[in-house]
Amino acid sequence: MKTRSRWQRFKESYFLHDFLHDKVALTSFCILAVLLFMGFAAPLVAPFNPYDAHNIDIMNAEIPPSWLPGGDTTFLLGTDAQGRDLFSTMLYGMRVSLIIGIGAVCLQAFLGIMVGLVAGFMGKRVESILMRVADVQLSFSTYMVAIFISAIFQAMFGVAKYEEIAVPLLILVIGFAEWPQYARTVRASVLAEKKKEYVEAAKVIGLSQKRIMWRHVLPNTLSPVFVISTIQVANAIMSEAALSFVGLGMPVTQPSLGSLINVGFEYIFSGSWWITMFPGIVLVLLILVINLLGDWLRDFLNPKLYKG
Amino acid sequence: MFAFIVRRIAQAIIVMLIISFIGFAIKQSFGDPVREITGVSVSAAEREKIRDELGLNDPFMVQFGRFMQGAVKGDIGRSFFYKKSALDVILSKAPATLELVMCSALIIVIFSVPLGIYSAIRPKALFSRFVMGGSIVGVSIPVFLTAILMIYVFSVELHWLPSYGRGETVNLGGWRTGFLTLDGWEHLIMPSIALSSIMLPLFIRLIRSEMMEVLENDYIKYAWAKGLMPKRVWIVHAFKNTLLPVITVGGVQLGTMIAFTILTETVFQWQGMGFMFIEAVERGDAPLMVAYLMVVGLIFVVVNTVVDVIYGLVNPQVRITGQK
Repeated sequence: MKTRSRWQRFKESYFLHDFLHDKVALTSFCILAVLLFMGFAAPLVAPFNPYDAHNIDIMNAEIPPSWLPGGDTTFLLGTDAQGRDLFSTMLYGMRVSLIIGIGAVCLQAFLGIMVGLVAGFMGKRVESILMRVADVQLSFSTYMVAIFISAIFQAMFGVAKYEEIAVPLLILVIGFAEWPQYARTVRASVLAEKKKEYVEAAKVIGLSQKRIMWRHVLPNTLSPVFVISTIQVANAIMSEAALSFVGLGMPVTQPSLGSLINVGFEYIFSGSWWITMFPGIVLVLLILVINLLGDWLRDFLNPKLYKG
Repeated sequence: MFAFIVRRIAQAIIVMLIISFIGFAIKQSFGDPVREITGVSVSAAEREKIRDELGLNDPFMVQFGRFMQGAVKGDIGRSFFYKKSALDVILSKAPATLELVMCSALIIVIFSVPLGIYSAIRPKALFSRFVMGGSIVGVSIPVFLTAILMIYVFSVELHWLPSYGRGETVNLGGWRTGFLTLDGWEHLIMPSIALSSIMLPLFIRLIRSEMMEVLENDYIKYAWAKGLMPKRVWIVHAFKNTLLPVITVGGVQLGTMIAFTILTETVFQWQGMGFMFIEAVERGDAPLMVAYLMVVGLIFVVVNTVVDVIYGLVNPQVRITGQK
């Protein structure tokens, strides 16, 4: 049986078959792959470097997209209010959004899995306290918590310092705001797994509690974690955009998609719609394909997403 | 049941205490009240004397106790910018936010119930698929983008609707309402649609999935077998039982809704609490920020507690499992 490699087994799996026959999932995946590539390879793909002041000329400000009258073919999608090439700025912005989104999800998954595991295993007092905290925080809605924490941070550090360390701060803020989701999911599946026979068997052969927790139960709780992770990445990107939009996120000098939309909004009344609309379209597309993929994954894996 | 209510209220009070504590800690770390009172030309010794008189040198917990005493009486600090009681500032802005939230909630209920029911009972119909597809697109569009798009189309290009502010308002015993003037209504249309756009898809999906679950139940099959009219089965038998989870989620979503008023109000410069909060953040007006935190926290806690208690009243399972 060992003759078939992992790759071959993957190729014959139902997972791949189902994926390839679902047009929506396949298209979403392709678009997401393109977006991810463009985002992370922004320095290679983008025609200009928006962080390099040499490329920026204020005389080029607010040039419309190249197919409109007054457009310039060097700037495919036009320029923003500071004279940066919008296409390049958007790619760099998408990279910032993706880094923050993925970073925040890693953090919240780490926090949530820890809390969920501990709560599920310890039971009693520890569990009820941890879960109460999670419930209360969840009832405040993640956006609210994120907006408050970042507002406090901004008041604490001052605007200049805040903008300097905005990326790690935003990861921290969004990660901290959304961990309860994971904690609840993990705890619910730990509770379900704990009753199963293999855990009993592991106990009988004398494995330590720690080993059972990490090597036996944790891997079996990962399927729901996987499903919510996709949706959570979309949520985190959306939160980042929202924070940037109200001025609590990325600064204009190092824009994310959200702050580009924010900047562009001021110019929409003078008719420069492209500064807002193109980043907006990319943001929606990014979130939409992640959501669609998440939906497909949920339908396919169909884990019991415990309502808790 | 009584024990359940008591426990829920005790929990609410603890949460409120924690929120106040956080708020107080924030307030302590920003700004110096003495400097606010005295200005520059006062010696250090005199400052120290004023500090003593105001009790600013007392231990942290003593000051917190004093802060809580004030908070219970409705005194939660003075805004640096407005130079008046923070609570008054918030109360003067609250009607705008409440009107906005009320209109959006109305839009959500009017559209989500029929659409959700329809797509549950005819899941294969073209229109249902269109609704479900539209709802996932709707979830993926951030609320501020919807708002900007509407401003661009209806205000900048078509000049149909005003793009910012509340328009003409009428003062009804301290409650400035926009409901009584045509101008007020015109200003209300876009913000309330924008605000509802994020929750509407969520509720459609929720009602649909709950309804589909209920329709699988035996008692529905029995109702069909009895030969009841389809309308009666759907509305009286099935829909009534989907309402319970919908109401709970609705209560919880209120928090999200308030968070989104911050975004919506910022886009439309709607003179409500959310816009005031963002302005307070920009101005570094810490007391007003803290006051907003406490007022919004109180709203959340009260609503969640009430929803939980109602849920406990309607569904005995919750009470019993909570008791173990």
